[in-house]
Amino acid sequence: MSSATSTGAIGATGAIGLRGVDIHFGEGKTAVQALSGIDLQIEPGEFVSLLGPSGCGKSTIIGALAGFTPITSGELRVDGERVTAPGPDRGVVFQQHTLFPWKTVAKNVEFGLKMRGVRQAERQRQAREMLTQMGLGEFLAHYPHQLSGGMQQRVNLARVLVNRPRVILMDEPFCSLDAQARLQMQELLLSLWHELHMTVVFVTHEVDEALFLSDRVVVLSQRPARIKSQIKVGLPRPRTRDLLTSPEFVSLKREMLDLLMGPPPAAKAS
Amino acid sequence: MASAAQARIAPRVQAAPLSAAEVSLSARPNRNATGRLTKRLRAAFVGALSIALWLGLWQLASVQKWDMFFRFENIPAPTEVAAAFSELYRAPKFAAHVGNSVRRIFLGFSIASALAVVLGLLIGRFRLAAQSLFPPLEILRPIPAVAWIPVAILLFTSAEQSMVFITFIGAFFPILLSTIHGVEGVDRRLVYASLTLGAGPIDVFKEVILPGALPSIVTGLSIGMGTSWFSLVTAEMISGQFGIGYYTWEAYTLQQYPKIVLGMVTIGLLGMGSSFLVKWVGRRFMPWFKPDASAA
Repeated sequence: MSSATSTGAIGATGAIGLRGVDIHFGEGKTAVQALSGIDLQIEPGEFVSLLGPSGCGKSTIIGALAGFTPITSGELRVDGERVTAPGPDRGVVFQQHTLFPWKTVAKNVEFGLKMRGVRQAERQRQAREMLTQMGLGEFLAHYPHQLSGGMQQRVNLARVLVNRPRVILMDEPFCSLDAQARLQMQELLLSLWHELHMTVVFVTHEVDEALFLSDRVVVLSQRPARIKSQIKVGLPRPRTRDLLTSPEFVSLKREMLDLLMGPPPAAKAS
Repeated sequence: MASAAQARIAPRVQAAPLSAAEVSLSARPNRNATGRLTKRLRAAFVGALSIALWLGLWQLASVQKWDMFFRFENIPAPTEVAAAFSELYRAPKFAAHVGNSVRRIFLGFSIASALAVVLGLLIGRFRLAAQSLFPPLEILRPIPAVAWIPVAILLFTSAEQSMVFITFIGAFFPILLSTIHGVEGVDRRLVYASLTLGAGPIDVFKEVILPGALPSIVTGLSIGMGTSWFSLVTAEMISGQFGIGYYTWEAYTLQQYPKIVLGMVTIGLLGMGSSFLVKWVGRRFMPWFKPDASAA
């Protein structure tokens, strides 16, 4: 595991370990099991997608890693430390509508720095730099409701990344965007990830998205979620949209779909 | 006379929106802004026309002394009220009445806002506060402000204090409930987001809960302003020496009927004006808030 820290860049740590993690909600008759016996090791700087049907409990894993959702049994560690509460070392990008509506774009991005006690001039500088890098330099003084969904998610990403988290947890962050904006965001995310060397755990229900982004795809079962299988994605990096139509990608996708849905029914005569 | 007044208002207001509409359709590059202006002018015109029509109807009913279920025999016509208006709005005594009422509202409403917002934030956020404070307040809440008047007189040494207390009671509960409602309505995801960004409990309160509840608090303040006027006027009618409510009641006992209506209209205008003021101040504090921006 320590070999991956050789780059020495900020955030080169970020190892995640889940051992036999169970999560139950509620008690007695209404108790629901969300996760069952999850064993998962994630290397520092790795990009891992959790792929599974809607409502299977993928987001519960994110909740547990973020520190909102207590685990019922098992062990959950980030860089060797038990996760007990939310913290800025594990940034979370939610689906949508989690920017503070009463803060401007710049103030939203400054929020984490402010919480750490960074001086105003310094946090303004960092927020401006981050937003400019993400193509939002002209929207510092806008309020979230004045931006498109894609731009809002970019601000969301900036608000998390400006804190240089070791781990970034993403819960279907692009699922409400249209296809074009989504692809743009995926490419942006990959280039930022490349530059910032952080560990990413990315929840999605889309095969294309999981394959395009990840080093490894963890396939989850129906609720209660168990790990069904794990697939290494050996596609070369850096990846661009051309990859989506390449033969390697398509054959990997076919393999993945077979795994998810069983072998295809006999092809109709063409 | 009333129809003359209408004729004076109507055409002038009418001319403006029509020409603005024409301009916006033909040439103006900034169509959006012009369109909005046209809409606002049209709304103002329709509103003014509606008021003028009701005034006209009232004038007709009073002049002809309609007597069908409602008796308009003793109801002064708008023109008589207008005459009393021009006479009295200049009189120092009338200004003193208004001044007294405004001061009572200001005191009672200010105290009520401060207390209700603080309590509402606590009750909305902390379970212990909710469990201990909410039940007694729920028992007191349905008691109308008027019913507090005897107790208020016993509680306070001066009539002045008891009347301020009644305005306080009138404003307190709407503000309290709206604040609680606002705190409970804050999106939990925003709280989560702030926690993952390193916010502590005080930060969450200051940076998320308070601004998140603010739109609801402002609504509560605006409603509370209305109910505090409502309560004050009742209190003044019963135990006042001065004030616009007392003025209105005194006019009735002295059979100065135009003055009754004048008092009523003054109460209406003061109430409307102060509610508008609250909303205006609220908007200043919430430049980000767009009531119709949910579809953004």
